[in-house]
Amino acid sequence: MKDSRRKVLKAGAALAASTTFPRFAIGQSGPIKIGMSMPQTGSLGAGGQAALLALRMWVEDVNKRGGLLKRQVELIAYDDQTNPANVPGIYTKLLDVDKVDLLIAPYGTVPTAPIMPMVKQRGLLLMGNFSFQVNAKVQHDMWFNNSPWNDASSWSDGFFKAGQGVGAKTVAVLAADNDFAQNLANGARTLAQKAGIKSVYDQNYPPATTDFSSLIRGIRAAKPDMVFVMSYPNDSVAIIRAVNEIGVGPSVQIFGGGMVGLQFTTIMSSLGSLMNGVLNYNSYVPGMKYPGVEDFLQRYAAKAKDAKVDPLGFYLPPFNYAIGQILEQAVAATKSIDQKAMAAWLHKSEVKTIVGPIRWNKDGEWANARVVQAQFRGIVDKDIEQFRQPGKQVVIYPDAYKTGSVITPFEKARTAK
Amino acid sequence: MKYWISVAVFLVLALAAALSGVNEYVFYAGYIVLTFVVLSTAWNILGGYAGYVNFGTGAFFGLGSYSAVVLFKALDAPLVVQIVAGAAIGAALGFAVGIMTLRLRGIFFAIATVAILFIMETLMVNWRYVGGATGLQLLRPEVMAPFGSYTRMLFVVMALLAVIAISVARYIQVGWIGRGLRAIRDSEEAAECSGVPTLRLKLFACVVSGALMGAAGAPMPMYLSFIEPASSFSLNWGVSALAMPMIGGTGHWIGPVIGALLLGSIQQIVTVTISNEINVLVVGVLLVLFVVLAPDGVVGLFRKWARRSSR
Amino acid sequence: MIFSFDLLFEAVLFGVLLGCFYAAVSIGLSVSFGLLDVPHVAHPALMIFGSYCAYVVAGWGLDPILAGVVLMPAFFVLGVLIYRFYYETFERRGSDAGVRGLAFFFGLAFIIEVGLILGFGVDQRTVQAPYIGSSWVIGDYRIPYRMLVAFGVALVLTFCLSIYLSKTFTGRAIKAVAQDEPALRLMGANPVRIKQWAFGIATGVSALAGAMVIIVGPVEPAMDRLYIGRTFCVVVLAGLGSMTGTLAAGLILGISESIVLMMAGASWAPAVAFGLLLVVLGIRPQGLFGR
Repeated sequence: MKDSRRKVLKAGAALAASTTFPRFAIGQSGPIKIGMSMPQTGSLGAGGQAALLALRMWVEDVNKRGGLLKRQVELIAYDDQTNPANVPGIYTKLLDVDKVDLLIAPYGTVPTAPIMPMVKQRGLLLMGNFSFQVNAKVQHDMWFNNSPWNDASSWSDGFFKAGQGVGAKTVAVLAADNDFAQNLANGARTLAQKAGIKSVYDQNYPPATTDFSSLIRGIRAAKPDMVFVMSYPNDSVAIIRAVNEIGVGPSVQIFGGGMVGLQFTTIMSSLGSLMNGVLNYNSYVPGMKYPGVEDFLQRYAAKAKDAKVDPLGFYLPPFNYAIGQILEQAVAATKSIDQKAMAAWLHKSEVKTIVGPIRWNKDGEWANARVVQAQFRGIVDKDIEQFRQPGKQVVIYPDAYKTGSVITPFEKARTAK
Repeated sequence: MKYWISVAVFLVLALAAALSGVNEYVFYAGYIVLTFVVLSTAWNILGGYAGYVNFGTGAFFGLGSYSAVVLFKALDAPLVVQIVAGAAIGAALGFAVGIMTLRLRGIFFAIATVAILFIMETLMVNWRYVGGATGLQLLRPEVMAPFGSYTRMLFVVMALLAVIAISVARYIQVGWIGRGLRAIRDSEEAAECSGVPTLRLKLFACVVSGALMGAAGAPMPMYLSFIEPASSFSLNWGVSALAMPMIGGTGHWIGPVIGALLLGSIQQIVTVTISNEINVLVVGVLLVLFVVLAPDGVVGLFRKWARRSSR
Repeated sequence: MIFSFDLLFEAVLFGVLLGCFYAAVSIGLSVSFGLLDVPHVAHPALMIFGSYCAYVVAGWGLDPILAGVVLMPAFFVLGVLIYRFYYETFERRGSDAGVRGLAFFFGLAFIIEVGLILGFGVDQRTVQAPYIGSSWVIGDYRIPYRMLVAFGVALVLTFCLSIYLSKTFTGRAIKAVAQDEPALRLMGANPVRIKQWAFGIATGVSALAGAMVIIVGPVEPAMDRLYIGRTFCVVVLAGLGSMTGTLAAGLILGISESIVLMMAGASWAPAVAFGLLLVVLGIRPQGLFGR
């Protein structure tokens, strides 16, 4: 007796609940809602907070100009804590409860991977946010990335060329067991083989690893010429500290390559001189000329101070502001928020943004990559402003942005000026 | 007879809701609540009836999820096959855990289940075929009519699993198996001396409990279109599967159902309105409160109230 | 995978230091679970809470070890209160209390963990000290100073606790209450007060252990889950109630984990403690030196 009553009550509650969920008027008057999850805590948190600030700046700017299609824009962002398990629930909530009109992906490969099947099956437009090859398996045709790389060679060419330029013949690969690092590591291994580079050490580590001393010891014992590391911010910090604590040995010419987090200002200032000599990737270093980016960075710096996030804002913010610009131009060109029409337009157009003109290839990645490999030199501890000067991150590759040559071996580069 | 009528009414209502125009998110959240009904009912068979506390629900649940993934990836197996496989593998692990009960009681058994949980997770982390720690993206098959979405279909499937689990628990409770398990819970030595086949009963409880947990885990990868070891084998499943029966009442099969519906719904509402962490906080706080103040759970409170009002 | 005797020797060396560290973080559990039979699954969570407290106190300028020592009295009081509550609610009420006591500590562990997430966020926290970040260089080997510090503190802690339990009056009373409570009562001592004093000591020690955890590496709120395996493995392997056994068991765990790390990589390391625990429970549940 209790059962049936309870079950009727439950069904009734469910029906009642559905009618209490907010139903916004999908008319011409309501705001256009853009939804996303952004890692604001956890491993990617420091970067995510800066990225979110840039997006909010774009929302402010576009609303001052009258909004999109004469409607105000509203950004709904939740914190996924860099935990991929939180992301499907957040995006389902965005779609079915908040009823957003457009989606932006979370910052990072790891939080984005879980929702790729979902957006493909629901036929939704997704604006990528600094993820690497996250669309490779799913092959969604309404995906558009904002990051200046496309495949593994766009990323690792610079690193391997720098090593081969000084006669390096062997490589040690150290990769986190997560979507980003594994995508990059798989690509890098194939490229190394093709280039005739021999792999003398190849280890994955689980994302929660905090002590790298035994892994670094293993690398040292293998006596590699190059050490290619693919890591997420927490691990990048721990690896840099371990390298400084116990050393990688005199054989290593170049160290780094794919360490996420060494672009976040908080990490750069807390590691300080420990980063010297590391050759790592970046999306933007001071000195690279894009139309409007320096103006943006000045406005950003003022807001960042109040919001207490990354004060320099070099790595993510310009590219996140660009997402806004891309959406704005797609909406204006198709005169609608019809996601299929927007996707079709984006595939055949070149969009002008504060990080330069962007054109996509058929898997939604940039047709022309612009990743730089730069070596940290002469960094001192506890000084954020030093990173505004050129010469602290010397660009080795590509030639278009080159400002110097790599200093080897790694031990020597750590003390070079 | 009353029980089976209620079951039929429930299934009809669940089906009707899934076919109606009710908001999609209700089914997304409802699926999880129903999963917890299955997990708490399964936990209670070993924990409530026999008194062996299992912290490692995640091991069975995760193993069920991963067997489904392997079958889906290798053979494109349909959902039914995945669930049966999940149940079978859960049962096998349950058997192994049951053998463990020969030597271990109380906290030792509980800690051993935690050990099994972490070892299972480590095994999956090191298996590249299922993606290791990175996990796998999964494209689920197109939805079958008459359901409007895959999630709605999963909701009905889980409602069916819940009914199966509850019916099994009810069958065990009222029969001689239940009496044997209660005897084991009260005093294992005395039960053995009175001729109760303790080992066989414990093995049975472990196998059934494990099978149900494995079956509950099997549809998860299709639900999320994604799987990774950390969340599949999380200790969070263990604390919820333990808290819900203890809050609802461990002596009767209705206890875990009440606990799961109550706590599960609160969790889902909190997740949507506040945050994810508070979720786990709610479980922990309610668990401690009930364990301290109302050890017989909601069922116990209800019985006390009924007794008092009948005077 | 590279194998060389140099690497093996360094791994064993690192393992010895790691093992003493594991012994130090388990010694509180040796007292609360080993001697007092309290199903204290919340021990690692309390210890991680201690790490965060040490982080806050060290943030005011104190050296982390000193921060740990300073926190010990407060944690002693916390331990007494927890035991008092546990005793009144559960131990008094008899057999069914076993399941409920276990559920209580499990719930407590989660409440502490979520409390830390709400208070500090999920980000990792570290402390700074002059001995963190550099190592002692002997020939080709490099031994991180932070491990040496943890090693030193662990030895001092184990030594002090052993002496306390065997030489002082209350210490021996604690051991007595573990062996034969009715006899102790007949001799006029109050077993409840002795047990709550012991639990207080166990929790106080956890404060210092927590400080060591954050010296050895970064902490985050969910770390208590991994430490359940390590601490219970050490305590069960040692045998309930043995203090020196804790040191030996810690060394066994530390060296095994270090060798597995070297040979099989970081992805197998979490399973070592739990695997060893299962093996011990299966083959010799009374441990190496148990009563």
